[in-house]
Amino acid sequence: MTDTTFPLALDLSAGVFLLCAFGVLWRRQLASMVRLFGLQGAALAALIAILGLHERSVELLLVACGLGVLRAGVLPALGRRALGRGTPADARETRPVVNVAASLLAAGLLTLLAYVVTRPLVALSPSPATAVLPAAVAVVLIGFFALVTRRRALSQVVGFLLLDNGITATAFLTTAGLPLIVELGVSFDLLLVVLVLQVLATRLRSTFGSTDLDEMRELHD
Amino acid sequence: MTPVLLLAPVMLPLSAALGYALVGWRPRSTAWLGVLTTALLALDAVALAVTVTRHGPLWTPGGLLRADALSAWMLLGVATVALLACWASPGYLAAAPGSRRRTRWYGILLQLFVAAMATAVLAGNFGVLWVAIEATTIVTAFLVGHHRDRAALEAAWKYVVICSAAIAIAFLGLVLLYDAGRHAGLSTVDALDWTALTRYADHLDPAVTRIAVGLAVIGFGAKAGLIPLHAWLPDAHSQAPAPVSALMSGVLLPVAVYAVLRVKVIADPALGTGYLRTLLAVMALATLALAALLLIAQRDYKRMLAYSSMEHMGLIALAAAIGTPLAVVALLLHMAGHGLAKTVAFLSSGHILHHHGSTRTTDIRGLAGRTPLLAGLFGLAVLALLGFPPASLFASELGIARAGTAAGLGWVTAAGFALALVAFAALIVHSGRMLLGPAPHPAERPVAFPIGTALPLIAGLVAVAALGVTLGPVTGLLQAAAAAAGAP
Repeated sequence: MTDTTFPLALDLSAGVFLLCAFGVLWRRQLASMVRLFGLQGAALAALIAILGLHERSVELLLVACGLGVLRAGVLPALGRRALGRGTPADARETRPVVNVAASLLAAGLLTLLAYVVTRPLVALSPSPATAVLPAAVAVVLIGFFALVTRRRALSQVVGFLLLDNGITATAFLTTAGLPLIVELGVSFDLLLVVLVLQVLATRLRSTFGSTDLDEMRELHD
Repeated sequence: MTPVLLLAPVMLPLSAALGYALVGWRPRSTAWLGVLTTALLALDAVALAVTVTRHGPLWTPGGLLRADALSAWMLLGVATVALLACWASPGYLAAAPGSRRRTRWYGILLQLFVAAMATAVLAGNFGVLWVAIEATTIVTAFLVGHHRDRAALEAAWKYVVICSAAIAIAFLGLVLLYDAGRHAGLSTVDALDWTALTRYADHLDPAVTRIAVGLAVIGFGAKAGLIPLHAWLPDAHSQAPAPVSALMSGVLLPVAVYAVLRVKVIADPALGTGYLRTLLAVMALATLALAALLLIAQRDYKRMLAYSSMEHMGLIALAAAIGTPLAVVALLLHMAGHGLAKTVAFLSSGHILHHHGSTRTTDIRGLAGRTPLLAGLFGLAVLALLGFPPASLFASELGIARAGTAAGLGWVTAAGFALALVAFAALIVHSGRMLLGPAPHPAERPVAFPIGTALPLIAGLVAVAALGVTLGPVTGLLQAAAAAAGAP
């Protein structure tokens, strides 16, 4: 990859990556949230593949393929399966704690915050890769925001997965990734967490009748 | 010999888990398999402690597993509490029988939980440590939801969501630390290794390290029940089966603190002691304040014990903030003492729940008159948690207070102990009401509590008292562990 197309391609995929996070906050339909999350997974895989092409690293390209299969294929498919089992009324994020307009505004502010926070990281090694680092950190913050303000079990899971996508992107943009064994461990863990959450959500639905976390009022002080 | 000592703590519980997967949980036979393997694990921990004290740190080829005095001390704690929890499990499951499938899973997951914690304390680098701590969340999720009722499922959901998010934040911190390490000239393997990172601490970029350390401490702190991501703790601890609550409170929280200590070893030389001291002191005081406030009005005795755990973790975080050699020795001793006493308290609370079918303190009255042995054990465990001698918590709390004043943190320490005192008062009032006074239905027959079921509880209390009377042979190990935890 040439020196001029590399930053362009990187910027493009990072832009799609960040936009998907905004989209997840914008859409209320759970099905389109899952679709956007899948698209984001593909953007993440593309981002890593571009880094791999630039550094001519076969290992990075393989990691990109693996991550793409997991995050653009397996995880969204699991999400769709969880949706398929629910009743149609389940399929919308009805009453988020913060409404959509305010969420988007908050996401904009979080993106600005991400630019401030990443300044030391960019200063440590200025390069085209670290230049798009704010987008990755913004996705981390937006994911955390979605996690705490959403009430549907599935949209909380999507929030958690956004957080994780953002962290993975940060890992690859700062250092071109961690040692492979750690990377494998992390991906495996992520898959297990999602499976555990899926089983729990199924059980919750059979005991509570829905996966709206507002129904969870048994435990409090 | 070295690899065997290091691999056994991981392989023994794994083999027990395999045994349960193949044969299932049989009350008269395989129920004791876990006791056997954890007893062997305890022996291995003792051997490891002796070897490490005599010959210094050990590691496996490749460096995935590594043990210094700090790891050995933590492993002793994991093994002891795991032994007590496994020993009490047959009695617990006999009193609350579930389906065969569910008891089989209980056996498998409990052993996997022990294996994950053993791996965490023996991890040779941050990558393995992180994976092991994350694994504890995954395997305990279904243990928390073991009872399958609404409350248990809700607790399990909150537990997985909050802890996974928190541990993801810790991972981001480790990623940034790795980045700082790489730019300081470390190789890909060394940049996750705390010994190498400590050697290069002067070269780490301070701005990046500051963000990294803050994220890692908040993330791992959540798993230790520290504010701001503490909300899972009271729910999970109160809904899990009693032996699991004991393991979570007695060793899982300390394992998370252990991860914080490993981060602290790098942070202090790289950033000066002030940064992490402030962060930890704020987290400690906030946690202590919240636990004390919620303990006052608590009406559920399992949640009461959970908040008491938060309060003790607050004290431990305070000791970590102080960070002098005396404070770190007191911290390590406090972990062990709290782990043992809280194990006994949770195990006896499980039996109280079986006898009375309620977790509300107001439903339990005059326990001492009806089941003197059980009431006595619960009462002694609470007294130990309050720091009455001869329990070792007396010595460790005294140590933390002295270290705090000596380090010039007199006001912070005083505030911390004032909050702890409020928590102690609440704990003593609630448990006093449960244990003392006349029984509500005097005609009721006393409830049987066989001595065999009580043995693990008695053993735990004897151990906590023994630690309080004399440290004996572990003095050297404890001092070496404090040195490994970065106390100058």
